[in-house]
Amino acid sequence: MFKRFLWLEWKSFFRSASVGKSIGLKVLLIFLALYFSVAFLALGIGLYPLLQETFPDQDPLQMVNRFVLLWLVFELGFRFMLQTLPVLDIKPLLNLPIPRRKAVNFVLLKSMYSFFNFLPLFIIIPFGIFCIYKGDYGIWNILGWMVAMIATTQCINFLNFIIKKKFTDNLKALIPAILLVVILGALEYFEVFEISFWFGKMMDYLVLNPYLAIVPIILVIAFYKWNQLNLESKFYLDAGLKEKQKDADTKDFVWTKKFGALAPFLQLDLKLIWRNKRPKTTIYMSLLLLCYGLFIYPSDMYGHPAMYVFVGIFMTGIFMINFGQFVPSWDASYYPMIMSQNIPLKDYLSSKAMLISFSVIILAILSTPYIYFGWNILLINMVAALYNIGVNVPILLYSGSFNKKRIDLDKSPFMNYQGTGAAQWIVGLPLMFLPILIFWLLDYFIGFEAGLIGLSGLGILGLLLRSSLMKYIAGVYQKRKYAMINGFKQTGE
Amino acid sequence: MITATNLSKIYGGTKVLNIDHLDIPTGESFGLVGNNGAGKTTFFSLLLDLIQPTTGNIFNNEITVSQSEDWKPFTASFIDESFLIGYLTPEEYFYFVGDLRGANKADIDAFLANFEDFFHGEIIGRRKYLRDLSKGNQKKVGIVAALIGNPKVVILDEPFANLDPTTQIRLKKIIKDLTENRETTVLISSHDLIHVTEVCERIVVLAKGIPVKDIKTSEATLSELESYFSGEVGAAQAEEL
Repeated sequence: MFKRFLWLEWKSFFRSASVGKSIGLKVLLIFLALYFSVAFLALGIGLYPLLQETFPDQDPLQMVNRFVLLWLVFELGFRFMLQTLPVLDIKPLLNLPIPRRKAVNFVLLKSMYSFFNFLPLFIIIPFGIFCIYKGDYGIWNILGWMVAMIATTQCINFLNFIIKKKFTDNLKALIPAILLVVILGALEYFEVFEISFWFGKMMDYLVLNPYLAIVPIILVIAFYKWNQLNLESKFYLDAGLKEKQKDADTKDFVWTKKFGALAPFLQLDLKLIWRNKRPKTTIYMSLLLLCYGLFIYPSDMYGHPAMYVFVGIFMTGIFMINFGQFVPSWDASYYPMIMSQNIPLKDYLSSKAMLISFSVIILAILSTPYIYFGWNILLINMVAALYNIGVNVPILLYSGSFNKKRIDLDKSPFMNYQGTGAAQWIVGLPLMFLPILIFWLLDYFIGFEAGLIGLSGLGILGLLLRSSLMKYIAGVYQKRKYAMINGFKQTGE
Repeated sequence: MITATNLSKIYGGTKVLNIDHLDIPTGESFGLVGNNGAGKTTFFSLLLDLIQPTTGNIFNNEITVSQSEDWKPFTASFIDESFLIGYLTPEEYFYFVGDLRGANKADIDAFLANFEDFFHGEIIGRRKYLRDLSKGNQKKVGIVAALIGNPKVVILDEPFANLDPTTQIRLKKIIKDLTENRETTVLISSHDLIHVTEVCERIVVLAKGIPVKDIKTSEATLSELESYFSGEVGAAQAEEL
């Protein structure tokens, strides 16, 4: 049975629509994987000598044990955000004579082979070998420690699995657990009760009594069982359907009526953003990244005004970048309708441009408190906003004409590369670095004011030419229309 | 109203559509039948400029569809779910289409009142997004949206599929009413020979992309079509032998 599942997986991977198309992305991911493997391996090999040198009077293994708990918490956090769980499309399997438990076991066992489970091995094994080699402890003691650590990694794997599967629909149920972590973290921070110290002591005890490695193994099995039962209970069609029946939100955005011919599109875009997970997240991201300035402005390290231009472009344009780079992929699922309805392409694009320009203005207004760090910064931010609206919006929309990858609106945006293609990588450069370069040159050869005037001049020029630019861009979209319609039909990731 | 000349579409070396000349006059109710892969949807997609013809052209009211967008204001269509916007409620979707076709909210409300029994109380005021509706109800929304704003050309791909019997009967009446005044040209494709002969005054049979029959609907049409398609079965059996 497992062989058949593997066979299905294999086929679905190599026959998915985008195999070959997203080679660039795969290369990047493989590069990242290699990078982290090497980095972890280097850490694993270097850890023992490094600790011995820095803290000569301490036992390296005990030092490491002290940090195990902290590491686990971080690991869980990273996994929660980054690790994609293995999925098996159960719908076609439901009416076939396949035992439920087998399918569930397959999914769970597959998750054990995730890259995230191998990363810690690069540290645990070299460090363990070092410990054995140095002879501070017996072979069996260290082997027990290694087994316990590997089992703990798997525990985290299954813990993450259960959190994602059981609690993502009901995050409130997690509040007690999160509170507990926060309280323990606070106690640790204020040195009232150092849980990591006691956890380290426990690990030390385990090293002395290696047979205790059985405890984490039992824990893994317990977590596995919990996941198994949870998944089995969801092995029905309606488990997936039930949650969807939410009452529709019928906010109307009537105020958009002021914008005449563009009103219906603006309304549609606002609803698109408001009612779908992935575009909605771009809003939260934009507000969050507005704090970026707090990291830059107080520090003298980034004192050059060209850096401030970068921050300005980034903060006022973050929604522009996040949302704009996927125009028109947001509308992928109904693009044939957009193309055959009575919608002039120019209006369609103008409404996107207007929405993005609004976002820039709003973010620029929200960034005004940074005046605290000086008038210059406020000025730079306003100029950056003007440049974004005048120059970057048309550039983004133009680059959008090369988008032909579908986006499923309801998927979570974390580690979601759906819709990402070469266009997204290439457009980033002129978007961010062109204004910095222009400013830097003018600032260097003439002066600060010249840099500002240069950027705002370009922004105003872009605004003046907006209408003819949009006409040109609409022409490009018209030409690429068939490729887009065809591309948006491909549902595979 | 609609003219196709020398029209062909080739996918990977296979000719999936090849129409020398087809003329659909204004006000005609035109039916397209044929087995799977006969080229019905390809023809409609070409007519809506969703795909590019390999050779030839389609003219909609003398406008070359691939050259100009001017046919869009008077042409409405429903091909599949990709014509629906999943995150809107049915009402919002109707208002949106109304906005595009110059009908305000009051117009749409009045318009929708005509379809109360067609919707059977399952569409309006249910506070559900289109993506949460069943396939049949989605289809109803798509079909009705294609009738908003008095279009001169209405294109419906497989409108009867997925609908319950009552709705099928109601839909037939809607289509008949639509072509009564001879101003709206209606193009329909269907696998259901009975429905299509009842609704359409002219039926073209496509086989492997080629129009093999062009019939003015009469009493005898249904049996003619039935014998044609059972002839296909017979021919296939003969080939197997």
